[in-house]
Amino acid sequence: MASSGPKQVLYDPVFDNNPITLQMLGICSALAVTTRMDTALTMCVAVIAVLVLSNASISLIRNHIPTNVRIIIHMTIIASLVIVVDEMLKAYAYDISKRMSVFVGLIITNCIVLGRAEAFAMKYGVGMSILDAIGNALGYSVILIAVAFFRELFGSGTIFGVTILPLTTDGGWYNANGLMLLAPSAFFIIGLLIWALRAWKPEQVEKSEYKIQVHRMEAI
Amino acid sequence: MMETHLSLLIQSIFIENLALAFFLGMCTFLAISKKIETALGLGIAVVVVQVITVPVNNLLYVYVLKEGALAWAGFPDVNLSFLGLISYIGVIAAIVQIMEMILDKYVPALYNALGIFLPLITVNCAILGGSLFMVERDYSFAESITYGIGSGVGWALAITALAGIREKLKYSDVPAGLQGLGITFITVGLMSMAFMAFSGIQL
Repeated sequence: MASSGPKQVLYDPVFDNNPITLQMLGICSALAVTTRMDTALTMCVAVIAVLVLSNASISLIRNHIPTNVRIIIHMTIIASLVIVVDEMLKAYAYDISKRMSVFVGLIITNCIVLGRAEAFAMKYGVGMSILDAIGNALGYSVILIAVAFFRELFGSGTIFGVTILPLTTDGGWYNANGLMLLAPSAFFIIGLLIWALRAWKPEQVEKSEYKIQVHRMEAI
Repeated sequence: MMETHLSLLIQSIFIENLALAFFLGMCTFLAISKKIETALGLGIAVVVVQVITVPVNNLLYVYVLKEGALAWAGFPDVNLSFLGLISYIGVIAAIVQIMEMILDKYVPALYNALGIFLPLITVNCAILGGSLFMVERDYSFAESITYGIGSGVGWALAITALAGIREKLKYSDVPAGLQGLGITFITVGLMSMAFMAFSGIQL
């Protein structure tokens, strides 16, 4: 974290230091809930809530946590917050919570939450930690919603359940791409998103381990 | 009886592969798949932890947390299922810690081989995911052992295969923007498609 201005703390993780495409965190839960926009959006809201609250509370007590047992303390705080979110979803959005099945619970092991607690909340004040949490959660949400947008649009021709591309089965013209609803498409879309993001911001490109020599026949 | 277990095993290894069909354990899956050796070490560690934690969490769920599960202790109306998540993660953390100590004392060779991977496993979503799927699908104790083996082996298989591909892939000329993470995602997507070919299998 080179910068320390509040604005940079908030905006950096969205594109420049995105948790999914650059830090390789939180991919687990990112993919399975993206077949539809509404589950993806619910997941984003849940992650924002958990991340903000966990960063805030860990930063609040950061001077009292003994370093040896900090992971366990983080896990306990995060697990309690996730339980609260899970119960809230079951109470107020039962259908969506059923469709998301185990993936709400898996926010506990979402590396973004633990990673930010460890890397940021343990070192900075409450205000900055909350901004950092919002920034990272937004970065996560941007990718999640982008993936869900493509998967729902091309997989079932709808956005939030509203028909955009009328399907041939209902007398329209669009032939639904079944692959989009299956697991592999999520990998492809994220891979292509990373490509697009790195074409836009070339400084994120990883160095290749081997340089491929170009054979120059005309030189001989 | 034997048939259900065999079919559950096949199903959890190939058809419902935790990594390739449910995206679980992706962070470590992508981060630690550059070399076959380390990938295999991590895979074995996951299998071992999975085989222990899923049945233990099953017992915990059936005898303590489930609605009416505390009837044996004289509390038939208690429903502790909201404590599920925090107890499972606690059990996983504890078992990983205990395993680490046991291995260090009695099997130092294996301990050194697994070394840094053991603590990482606590936050591997494949482990917690295995336990949560076990609860959601209401497996019996015996089934949960089979599921633990199957899901662990499936994950280990996937990460070792990916490591094998990546070892070769590093010599190839990949477009700059796709270098590293991008091409890995595309590769995993292709692997996931290949594994979908298993989905017709029924025993």
